[in-house]
Amino acid sequence: MKSGRYEEALREIAEADDRYVVMTAENRAPIRHLPEALGERFVDVGIAEQTLVGTASGLALRGRIPVAHGLASFLTMRAFEFIRTDVGVGNLPVKLVGSVAGLLSEANGPTHQALEDVALMRLVPNMGVFCPADEEDLLLGLEAVLASPQPFYIRLNTRPAAVAHDARFALGRAELVLDGSDVAILTYGTLFSEVLRAARLLESSGLSVWLVNLRSLKPIDEQAVLEAVSAARLLVTVEDHLASGGLASTVAEILVAHRRTTRLLPISLPQRGFVPALYDEVLEAEGLTSTHIADRIRAAFSEREE
Amino acid sequence: MSPETRQELAFRALRVREHALRMATAGGCFLGASLSCVDLLVFLYFRFLRFRGPDDPDRDFLLLSKGHDVPALYGTFVELGHLDPARLKNHLSASDAIYWHPNRRVPGVEFHSGSLGHLLSVGVGVALDAKWRGEGRRVVVLMGDGECNEGSVWEALLVASAHHLDNLIVLIDRNGMQANAPTEELIPLEPLEEKFRAFGAATRTVDGHDFGALEEAFSDVGVGSGRPRAIVARTVRGKGLPSLEGRVDRWFCDFSPDEIEQLLEELRGGASALIESEVRVVR
Repeated sequence: MKSGRYEEALREIAEADDRYVVMTAENRAPIRHLPEALGERFVDVGIAEQTLVGTASGLALRGRIPVAHGLASFLTMRAFEFIRTDVGVGNLPVKLVGSVAGLLSEANGPTHQALEDVALMRLVPNMGVFCPADEEDLLLGLEAVLASPQPFYIRLNTRPAAVAHDARFALGRAELVLDGSDVAILTYGTLFSEVLRAARLLESSGLSVWLVNLRSLKPIDEQAVLEAVSAARLLVTVEDHLASGGLASTVAEILVAHRRTTRLLPISLPQRGFVPALYDEVLEAEGLTSTHIADRIRAAFSEREE
Repeated sequence: MSPETRQELAFRALRVREHALRMATAGGCFLGASLSCVDLLVFLYFRFLRFRGPDDPDRDFLLLSKGHDVPALYGTFVELGHLDPARLKNHLSASDAIYWHPNRRVPGVEFHSGSLGHLLSVGVGVALDAKWRGEGRRVVVLMGDGECNEGSVWEALLVASAHHLDNLIVLIDRNGMQANAPTEELIPLEPLEEKFRAFGAATRTVDGHDFGALEEAFSDVGVGSGRPRAIVARTVRGKGLPSLEGRVDRWFCDFSPDEIEQLLEELRGGASALIESEVRVVR
């Protein structure tokens, strides 16, 4: 099996700097070839997320930079107290990498659906949250996130890119993709490509669209959020995560803090979870294809126009 | 161990118990749980650990996983000379970094704790790093017996065994009691030593108040074995104060100043204290 680009990038970073330790709680899919490449600096603790995070904390205490992989739902929920108390309160540079978050768990069912990982990680003191739109976005930000002295949660996403991203990456800075004036869409992560296609559909039906890929949810680019509010007449958030604690909540917090109001259409996942199925089928079943998203936005926009 | 060494350690332990006891008033502290491990900490810091001070780069690591016994650790730091005894009086004050559980901002505390079942896995990380660097650094994780209820303890032990961490020593303060009940009445742990052995550790059970037995166990059990080392130290909650010893209800203690004076006398071999303060239940 060929190495993925994420794996290649991580290998290069870890080979060049022996502070890096690649760890996993037996989630090897994204890092299959790293055991041979890194030798003892690859540590698989088995199916034990709490011990993954505790051991990573001990390594970080001694100057290492652990990059700890796990399935997002198990990593962020089962080990939450270790993350909050050891990594967060300790402000240790542990990098947590959550696999198959949001819709990426496809047909696994409710046990594997991480719908609240961003919300949980936002709550952890000192923790940054990086949610790349696709593999290219991930690679653009990876080095900065790993080199940051603070702990980080990476919502792993290695789906192919739908667009050439702005190569200027800075922690806490969003990427402005479109700068139209009718509808402003804020999004992050896996749904970015659907949202981009939805924006093209809206444009072809005469609406001009402002589109932002947030990249990092904590710190979040407040300026980019406020600019989006000013730019358009309807604000839309799209995420494969619960609205509570996710982007919709975060945007609401920012608006209140800046005494701003706007009409907000939050597109998110429901608390019941999503219908387990292959990715494209989930998009259909949950109304998250580009066509669905465009329709929902058009409907909300015309309601506003009435 | 020579009689002089025993005497010196016993003297230090008495002083540490006095420090801990003085913290058990005006709001109180986990005195019962602290007194059971005083002899363990005194043995570790005065006889076993390579520790020339909190900033010694070559120091061995002591991780206090059973964080509520921190009065014993702070008392030991006072005796080692790197903690001002005046700070112990501030342990419930917002003006000082000392509180009911270990704070890493206090020099000598390697990592904060208080949530049980955390520091064995942290110790695995520290011990792994030491192995990779080829250091002789040893890592001792002091745990409570009740703490062994936490599944994370056993997860971490599996990983320690898988990585042959013989530089990692788990020391269990086996005082037989947890917050509200004797361990064997609540969730029986015996045979505890065998459990650690079954998880891959080199093990021994010793009298945790016998410095000579501790020294023998630490210099012998599992050294260079390629296995993590687990020493079950049989201890007594409230050790040193006959009026509190072995009492399950004297875990957290908050005594009046007069009771503290009486208990200080009792600690030095005087008459038993008359305790009228009510039992505090905090968990």
